[in-house]
Amino acid sequence: MRRSLSIVLLVFVAAACGDARPAGTPALSTGSFPATIQASSGSVTIPARPARIVSLSPTSTEILFAIGAGAQVIAVDDQSTYPPTAPKTTLSGFEPNIEAIASYRPDLVVFSNKAIAEKLTALSIPGLYHDAAATLDDTYRQVNELGTATGHVGDAAKLVSSMRKEIGEIAAAVKENEGEPAYYHELDSTYFSVTSKTFIGSVYALLGLRNIADAADAQGTGYPQLSAEYIIQANPALIFLADTKCCGQSATTVAKRAGWNQIDAVKGGHVIALDDDIASRWGPRIVDFLRTVSDALNALPSAA
Amino acid sequence: MAVASVRERLGANRVRPARLRIGWVAGGVAFLIGAVALGVFIGPVGISPVQALRRLAGLLPFVDDTSNLSAQHEAILVQLRLPRVVLAAMVGGTLAISGAAYQGAFRNPMADPYLLGAAAGAGLGATIVITYTSAGFGSDLMPIAAFVGALAAVALAYAIGRAGGVGRTVTSLILAGIAITSFLTAIQTYVQQRQSQTLREVYGWILGRLTTAGWSDVVLALPYMAVGIAVILSHRRLLDVLSVGDEEATSVGIRAARVRLIVVVAASLATAAAVAVSGLIGFVGLIVPHVVRLVAGSSYRVVLPLSLAFGGAFLILCDLLGRTLISPAELPIGVVTAFFGAPFFALVLRTSRKTL
Repeated sequence: MRRSLSIVLLVFVAAACGDARPAGTPALSTGSFPATIQASSGSVTIPARPARIVSLSPTSTEILFAIGAGAQVIAVDDQSTYPPTAPKTTLSGFEPNIEAIASYRPDLVVFSNKAIAEKLTALSIPGLYHDAAATLDDTYRQVNELGTATGHVGDAAKLVSSMRKEIGEIAAAVKENEGEPAYYHELDSTYFSVTSKTFIGSVYALLGLRNIADAADAQGTGYPQLSAEYIIQANPALIFLADTKCCGQSATTVAKRAGWNQIDAVKGGHVIALDDDIASRWGPRIVDFLRTVSDALNALPSAA
Repeated sequence: MAVASVRERLGANRVRPARLRIGWVAGGVAFLIGAVALGVFIGPVGISPVQALRRLAGLLPFVDDTSNLSAQHEAILVQLRLPRVVLAAMVGGTLAISGAAYQGAFRNPMADPYLLGAAAGAGLGATIVITYTSAGFGSDLMPIAAFVGALAAVALAYAIGRAGGVGRTVTSLILAGIAITSFLTAIQTYVQQRQSQTLREVYGWILGRLTTAGWSDVVLALPYMAVGIAVILSHRRLLDVLSVGDEEATSVGIRAARVRLIVVVAASLATAAAVAVSGLIGFVGLIVPHVVRLVAGSSYRVVLPLSLAFGGAFLILCDLLGRTLISPAELPIGVVTAFFGAPFFALVLRTSRKTL
């Protein structure tokens, strides 16, 4: 009795899920299947339009939902916090467990940790490897690839063109600042930072800002650790905190640090709290990030 | 076992001078002052030593500040470098003298201040704060959690070890410490792995940090360190007697277990304060006392005060290397103490004719 009831329930749930798919037929191109993607990691063939996508990367999750493929996503990793409607699970993208992933019977897995690529191949599960983007062009390429892989080619193209347009407009609207204002981007409270060579650094560079960490990256990792002495000496005009969520930092905590009240950014109230997640991902919300930075830049007093 | 035979053994054992010679005191103080000077004058940002000296002289009463440092350099010198050097001296001295005290109390050359689980307990406390509170690394709560964790771990190890029986207190205490360390480290690793976002902060703490040191850290740790160190120093003669053996000590009227408890509590209190403000800095508590023994003699009247001075100087110099070698980035202090401390120790071990 109980068993038959659960079967009925299961069928019902399956039917409900089926109904949840968008009913309206998009006017945009959906592409065709089987689709072959020339990804940076090699050629990937997806036999049919996927309906059981597992995303193991927060950025990929954001892109999938932004191009209207959200209804095809059945599971996202534990770090995929946006959009809130994404089906967050305990799956880990950092330490992926192939059996746990396979238990969702996915027909497409988007991942950022190369370690599971071979295991997915062994199980004949199509996998798309999306590494951290180094430039905005990488982001656009990933959006387009996900469009092709999920049957949302037109939506993806639309997202890319709107991102390009908005970013261009923001960059163009930045007021002229004499002598490139210096900024410090803080990753955590031990003063790890980023250089202009990183994705987020290249976005700052669009607005004509000078990064104080560039001169400090002897090893060329892109993520040098700075000392308080160095930061105070460099005297940045702007401080961006990408450690508000992880480490509870704010303009108030920065002002309390020993010696930091000598920094122009602290004296002038130009310490900007960012959303850690947006600042560490390379998805569509980078436009919001750029707007925050340009607002901060425009709030700087004009050089006399 | 007559008192005379104990005296004889104590005497026969001491070919080295039991008294602290004035030359060694002067040497230790000079070394410490030299290290402080280097630590204050050298850093990622170049500040002229003359200017720095003038500024520091200005801190003294009735002396005018004749330096003309910029506001930035002023902040770097007085609010960053100076508290950092002072804290390094305090932490280094505390770890070294606590290590010496542990070695004496347990009559074990391998003992260090973390023997009874202080490091693992503090690590767990700090990891919990970093992982589960929003304030994280820079939180005011963290030193308190580390301090409480360290003391709780030592108390637990002591309670378990004491239950093992009177006759084998020393060994059972050490084993209890090992068990507590493993257990707490297991929990700490679990908590740390659950939250990948805070991994780097937890590692940063485990490898030791003087990076964010300010005067508040100095003020926070000083009372506990001062009390702990004073108690250890006042027991230097008793530790000398204890080094011969519990039975021998008892025969001259010393309650070995009680002395051990007092010394261990004092050393643990000081160590907990050091760990709370600087994270886990290894090796100092183990090698500094041994280097002192090898060069100056093994009486605790010599080892304890000299460990304090040389431990402080050693950590200032290690921190100086840590913040200048890959400047403006920094090496974790725990990496530096082990990387430079181990070969130095090996050298002393090879060249010294004395036995440990």
